[in-house]
Amino acid sequence: MRILKNRIVKGIVTKPLDKSFLSEELETVGAELKKTIQEKFSRSLYIREVDTGSCGACESEIISTTNPIYDIQRFGVSFVASPRHADCLLVTGPVSKNMALALKKTYDAMPEPKFVITLGNCALDGGIFKEAYYTEKGVANIIPVTFHIPGCPPKPLDIMKALLSFLKKA
Amino acid sequence: MDYKTILKEINEKFGLETTTVSLREDEIYLKVKPEDFKKICLSLHKLLSAPVASLFALDNRREKGVFEIYCSFMGGKCKKWFFAVAEIPADNPKFNSLAKDIYSASLFEREIKEMFGIEPSNSPDTRRLRMHSEIWPEGFYPLRKDFIKPAGVGKTGDYVFNEVDGEGIFEIPVGPVHAGIIGPGHFRFSAAGEPIINLEIRLGFTHRGIEKLFEGKNVYDALRISECCSGDASFANSLSYSCAIEKIAGIEVSENTRMLRAVFLELERMYNHINDIGGIAVDVGFSFPAAFASIVKENILQLNEKVTSNRYLKNVNSIGAIAINWDKDKTQALRESLKKIYKDFKEIKEILLSSVSFMDRVDGTGVLKKKTAEDLGAIGLAARASGIAVDLRKDFPGIYAKADFNLIKQETGDCLARLNMRLAEFEESIKLIYWFLDRITPQAAAQSSYNIKEGFALGYVEAWRGALTYWVKINKSGIIERCKITDPSFLNWQALAFCVLGDIIPDFPLCNKSFDLSYSGNDL
Repeated sequence: MRILKNRIVKGIVTKPLDKSFLSEELETVGAELKKTIQEKFSRSLYIREVDTGSCGACESEIISTTNPIYDIQRFGVSFVASPRHADCLLVTGPVSKNMALALKKTYDAMPEPKFVITLGNCALDGGIFKEAYYTEKGVANIIPVTFHIPGCPPKPLDIMKALLSFLKKA
Repeated sequence: MDYKTILKEINEKFGLETTTVSLREDEIYLKVKPEDFKKICLSLHKLLSAPVASLFALDNRREKGVFEIYCSFMGGKCKKWFFAVAEIPADNPKFNSLAKDIYSASLFEREIKEMFGIEPSNSPDTRRLRMHSEIWPEGFYPLRKDFIKPAGVGKTGDYVFNEVDGEGIFEIPVGPVHAGIIGPGHFRFSAAGEPIINLEIRLGFTHRGIEKLFEGKNVYDALRISECCSGDASFANSLSYSCAIEKIAGIEVSENTRMLRAVFLELERMYNHINDIGGIAVDVGFSFPAAFASIVKENILQLNEKVTSNRYLKNVNSIGAIAINWDKDKTQALRESLKKIYKDFKEIKEILLSSVSFMDRVDGTGVLKKKTAEDLGAIGLAARASGIAVDLRKDFPGIYAKADFNLIKQETGDCLARLNMRLAEFEESIKLIYWFLDRITPQAAAQSSYNIKEGFALGYVEAWRGALTYWVKINKSGIIERCKITDPSFLNWQALAFCVLGDIIPDFPLCNKSFDLSYSGNDL
């Protein structure tokens, strides 16, 4: 009962919660994202995420894109549990030496066609961990990377915008 | 008990000689002979009834021709951190292992062995912790000062998992890449039917070599590294680190700044606690409160951004100061948002606690017994859920002393207890923030530049998972010589491995989330 009541009172939270300019921007970005994904992936884009040694903030922001406020799923982007279901591999972290093999295997397990997006400054070239003895200095040294989303960490809306700009060009 | 009584007891009861080499208001360093090191540690362990808070080495061969080893204990009652310090000869370095007598020393000893090549003699377990033997060759010890990176990496051996023998017992390997959006780690379950008989957690997959990265940096650059140790506790990390530097340099931090820092620390606690409350709901398949909680988390993150320009409170702290300005509008914005957040929070709490099927899943699941928690040296929220009253905000209150902070603890140690801990601490945090906001006055952003002296000190803070400590040593030129980070996750991962025993495998995600430990903070 309480859930039902709350549901009715709250309504669709994506609208009443966003009072600032953010909501409009989110909706326009989202609508465009949806259109692009419809055209290029016939309905949906499946993403598998791999953490290769990030501090966890990037993961938190990726999860944020799926919360009811951004709700990236309604625009056709889904995060999947297995690389075998994925179109795209989203990688964070500078690639710890311990993760190099696991990352390679995850990539190999994906069916073709596939592409890789890196997210967060350390995934590009190691970032703040560039000089560390136990990193591979970025994802591109292990698997081919098509696109990078910068930030430490990038905000959810920035992730969506970057994704859109990439998909438009691709 | 006064610290002098403890020193006297060590001397009289155990007949051991110690020299006090350094004494601060809250730290005491006892220099001991290497052969007495173990005995001193055991007596401190008994007298303070505290687990090993940290055990670490330091390469001092350039100056003194020896390695040094430090073992610290928290004396909550006498408001002091005790350090036993011993020198270890550089040729054939070894010390008597503590692990058989104080289990909480075990992981630290494995760490010292792989990082420094110092042998803990008679240690029950000397397997590598972070630099996996499939990758890293023998004989390369990164925290030694003369360390040179190996030209190539190569397999030098396999990691041997503890095996359980018996009819019908099978193993389930999980990870390092998990199904969710989360850090990497390997879990090896041994099960007979549904119940878990043994769980071994192998971590280190996110090891980057952060402690080495600190060395040779100036104190300001290193602040940025500390924020990337564990992204969901970046403010706690930077605060703990800067406390150490402030102690070394003798910097007086204004009360207003300290209160602001406490506000940010509590905000960090809040967004993580609500995240976990939602996470626990996800793992029992109760999606409404989970989605609701993620809205509250997003609200707090947006609030963080509003008042500090950063959702994860990075680039906010600075040595001796706060790098952002504070005005009346921010106080007001914080107050108003908290009111709304609290309203939503109460709603979530009611939904969760009044759902019979939800309570059935969390009640009695994943029990961490008090004795087990004590032996493992579990700290922070996980320990308090099992009835251990340890919280740095109480033991070393600092700015919290006047704020009427209530230590929250539970007795049962199950998932419900950890959930209740989070619910209660969330409310306590709101109360604390209001208290601080009443007293905080506007201040301008400050960029500090201090003359950093030579010295060493311990910085500590009660992060949302538990005590987070930074032991930092600075050399004559103001450059970091050694930085030992002890993340609360380091000892608590073991607690997770013990609490799931006897429970069924589908309850593991629930237990895991009820701890929500950091991969990156543990692996560094």
